[in-house]
Amino acid sequence: MALTREQMAQRVARELKDGYYVNLGIGIPTLVANYVPEGMEVMLQSENGLLGMGEFPTEATIDADMINAGKQTVTARRGASIFDSAQSFAMIRGGHVDLTVLGAFEVDVQGNIASWMIPGKLVKGMGGAMDLVAGADNIIVTMTHASKDGESKLLPKCSLPLTGAGCIRKVLTDLAYLEIENGAFILRETAPGVSVEEIIEKTAGKLIVADDVKEMTF
Amino acid sequence: MAGLDKRVATYEEALAGLTDDMTVLAGGFGLCGIPENLIAEIKRRGVKGLTVVSNNCGVDGFGLGVLLEDRQIRKMVASYVGENAEFERQLLSGELEVELTPQGTLAEKMRAGGAGIPAFFTATGYGTPVAEGKEVREFNGRKYILEESITGDFAIVKGWKADHYGNVVYRNTAQNFNPLAATAGKITVVEVEEIVEPGVLLPSEIHTPGIYVDRVIVGTFEKRIEKRTVKA
Repeated sequence: MALTREQMAQRVARELKDGYYVNLGIGIPTLVANYVPEGMEVMLQSENGLLGMGEFPTEATIDADMINAGKQTVTARRGASIFDSAQSFAMIRGGHVDLTVLGAFEVDVQGNIASWMIPGKLVKGMGGAMDLVAGADNIIVTMTHASKDGESKLLPKCSLPLTGAGCIRKVLTDLAYLEIENGAFILRETAPGVSVEEIIEKTAGKLIVADDVKEMTF
Repeated sequence: MAGLDKRVATYEEALAGLTDDMTVLAGGFGLCGIPENLIAEIKRRGVKGLTVVSNNCGVDGFGLGVLLEDRQIRKMVASYVGENAEFERQLLSGELEVELTPQGTLAEKMRAGGAGIPAFFTATGYGTPVAEGKEVREFNGRKYILEESITGDFAIVKGWKADHYGNVVYRNTAQNFNPLAATAGKITVVEVEEIVEPGVLLPSEIHTPGIYVDRVIVGTFEKRIEKRTVKA
């Protein structure tokens, strides 16, 4: 069975470490915040200028001056700090964020990522995505393995305009966890009940099945 | 208005000198921390042909979106747009020019502009459409593109509190691009919720020192919330 959105968030959360500063993109990445292991402390960075994003407010504590990068109203947790956008991207670009999780349309075997622009459709902009992928060392891309029509999103070469070149090394799809090394996807883990054959079939880019490929458990 | 007292009494005075074809830098992220009354004053003045530099372009009927109604913006420099139907219409019809800029690069362009740095190298955007036509240099084995800084004829800024000297503090994430825009305007106008007596703001707390600020005005704010989200 393909992973649910919640299971994908759960799997990503296993990459968290105590003391990490983490930037979570919109969508599935946001859900990762719900699965921070008990006893572990991580600080969530929101690129509009908040380090230490807390939970959503109540009707009583809602504050128009306190939002996250997805423009949702949020709170600041204990130990949080707030700063301007240049400072926010200095910590991103300067490599100070330990883990970045974001979505994509496509990734390829060279670690290229396309996530912001589909030619012919209205382009709304890249927001902070280009800065995040260029600045972070440790990035996990979350996406479905194939489109609704069955077209693979793990490609020999991205077909869409790039968000960043050569910057992605870890990909979690609804079918598998893969790493990108030396021009190939390395299959490390399969979703429960998903066969290696199905993943091979749905991966257009060069795929190497690791000797010790595991099945994820939840 | 005399000496170091930056206070002005009316919005008309706050934007005196703003004319057609100028470049305006605006603080704000989404609808958070936007100089909503200064934007309304730009609309009232009816100036046209503006280049507006701001992370976003408001929504239909609010924020910078109101400047689209009478087609006052010629060019928009932003990282994310299209939350409004009129923006989309003008973009597709070619009436509006848009320069999409990565958010961190946009912030740094304003910071550098205000700091007297004409350009800087960044890895952001290398290998993407953003890099087209830009100089590429390699440092320590990595490729970077040259990005030019931005300054404006006017900067319009939303602060929380200011004093007569134009020292400003911002509230929570309404800070965002505001302090950066404040440094990069030839004329920087800050609207705030409260003007306090000199000495009330602690020197060590000031986000924007008064040297960057030309005019301060106190206003009332709607503070519209774009995505109201509460705990389940």
